[in-house]
Amino acid sequence: MSLTTPRADRLRAVRRAWYRFRRNPAAVVGLAMVLLVFVVAIFAPLVAPFPEHVGGFVDFRNRHQPPSWTHPFGTDNAGRDILSRVIFGYRISLTLVVFVLGLAVPFGVLLGLLAGYYGGWVETVIMRLTDVFLAIPALVMALAITAALSPTLLNSMIALALLWWNWHTRLIYTTVASLKHEEYVEAAKVAGASDFHILFRELLPNCVSVISVKTTLDAGFVILIGAGLSFLGLGAQPPTPDLGTMVSSGANYLPEYWWGSIFPGLAILFTILGFNLLGDGLRDLLDVEVN
Amino acid sequence: MEYLFFVVRRLLWSVVVLLGLSIVIFTIARVVPGDPARIALGPLAAQEQVDKLRTEMGLDAPLPVQYARYAGGLLQGDLGRSLLTQQSVNSDVRQTFPATLELVLATLILALAIGLPLGVLAGRYKDSLFDNLGRFVALFGVVTPSFFIALLLQLLAGYVLQILPVSGRLSPNLEFEANRTGLLLIDSLIAGRMDVFGDAVRHLILPTIALAAATIGQIARLTRSSMIDVSRKDYIEASRAFGIPNRITTFTYMLRPSFIPTLTVLGLEFASLLGNAFLVEMVFGWPGMASYGVRAIMQNDFNAVMGVVMVTGLFFVLINLVVDVLLGYVDPRIRIKGSQS
Repeated sequence: MSLTTPRADRLRAVRRAWYRFRRNPAAVVGLAMVLLVFVVAIFAPLVAPFPEHVGGFVDFRNRHQPPSWTHPFGTDNAGRDILSRVIFGYRISLTLVVFVLGLAVPFGVLLGLLAGYYGGWVETVIMRLTDVFLAIPALVMALAITAALSPTLLNSMIALALLWWNWHTRLIYTTVASLKHEEYVEAAKVAGASDFHILFRELLPNCVSVISVKTTLDAGFVILIGAGLSFLGLGAQPPTPDLGTMVSSGANYLPEYWWGSIFPGLAILFTILGFNLLGDGLRDLLDVEVN
Repeated sequence: MEYLFFVVRRLLWSVVVLLGLSIVIFTIARVVPGDPARIALGPLAAQEQVDKLRTEMGLDAPLPVQYARYAGGLLQGDLGRSLLTQQSVNSDVRQTFPATLELVLATLILALAIGLPLGVLAGRYKDSLFDNLGRFVALFGVVTPSFFIALLLQLLAGYVLQILPVSGRLSPNLEFEANRTGLLLIDSLIAGRMDVFGDAVRHLILPTIALAAATIGQIARLTRSSMIDVSRKDYIEASRAFGIPNRITTFTYMLRPSFIPTLTVLGLEFASLLGNAFLVEMVFGWPGMASYGVRAIMQNDFNAVMGVVMVTGLFFVLINLVVDVLLGYVDPRIRIKGSQS
């Protein structure tokens, strides 16, 4: 009589993974950074010292104030508290990540599963299509799409989602192509399992670790490219506090009022760094190759 | 002969990719609401004028016919006319592309010149100072938006230290027409204008560093990991046992095979390099395709936007073609793999 139940086994596995994760300081720091950004963004109205400075608020007597205890990141050209705007800016960045990856990852994974499992013309069509999408710089393509649809936050999210799926397709395709000759897949086939069962019950669960690592790393890249788009004026429009937009409007007042673009820039860097450290940590933990 | 087949097949595939790209971008540009003729004439123009221009521009033909015309032009190297300036997109691109090319080439050279040695040293002396430096550079380059690096450099070297110019390609007081290759560095040398050459180099330094930051780290990390892979091979062990000097083992026996994965990824990385070039050009007021492209985008100038995207795509495909052909030459196994995929 064994003392373990599946439930206890799973609990033990989770604890073991958490133990191994904790031994990687970089990953723990990354997780802390990502959590901090999420918490701050979710509770933005409570955390931000001046939540009313987020919209079209104007206070010209306080414009371009250097960093101080009242305004740790200083104030911008309209006298608004930059820290408060950065905190609300995180909401936009995270919305972008959730929207883009929420659409692109499932779609990309589905195509990757189909291409990897069926092979033949399905594979040819799907994989050649990803090649075409790879042949163009994501930022330039996103620029063109956003511009064609008129520059708004929603449109830049749509543009990025349209461009992002192919990376996941490629990754899942190579993973599935190597998995499909595994014995458990053959066994399921012999047992008369449907293609649907094999794709989603046998193959997909074995792609979960690859997908989660890739998605974590991607979150940083989505923020990076999204910031580039809004830096060029194609993201959320003023007065919405978008980090990329803040960097570019602050840049008009360099070098005297450097804090206007340096702090929002550092804020972008902070999030991307967090997602990267976390993603690298997960990759080491789950021991997968995502390139 | 087999090599020739490989090159031809690779060439044909590049054409297919570019055609696919043109279909994707054409569909996006044409399917969205907004009448190009109306945009060209402005909101105040009379409807009859707009209709007349629509006919002239061939916009009343069915979409597939419009695409066929556009693709026909593309095959002859014609990118159409800008809706706003009424100039041919070709001449606009010809004017702005050399500046972008110069920046991108300088970036590739810098990234290889720093990234490769850093990767070799990091791989050779694992967990040493070099290795940690490489790690730091790679992480910093990946997580920092290139426009932010550009701004930091501008602030530090341009405003605080005041040692380098912060914008443009050449000081306004220098009269020089780059009319041979369009690349200032080369044309100034041909003309024997050392003052222009020096000035162009000084203008090129900051944008190049800003653009290279991400790539240097990538190259260093890739070279490092393949150096480490190769160092575990038996033939390296054997060459050590034979008493071949470490220098030769490292640079000849280890670096050469390590370079293959680096080069492959460098080709793909080139896409993000081109994208970042747009941002860096905007920060430094670099008169390249980015400023042209962004202006076209802001003004909904479809033909110009498509021209910029197609030229960028062509550039990317060409670089990867060169990379693959080089790799196929260096490593015959790739030719066979290429024919299977």
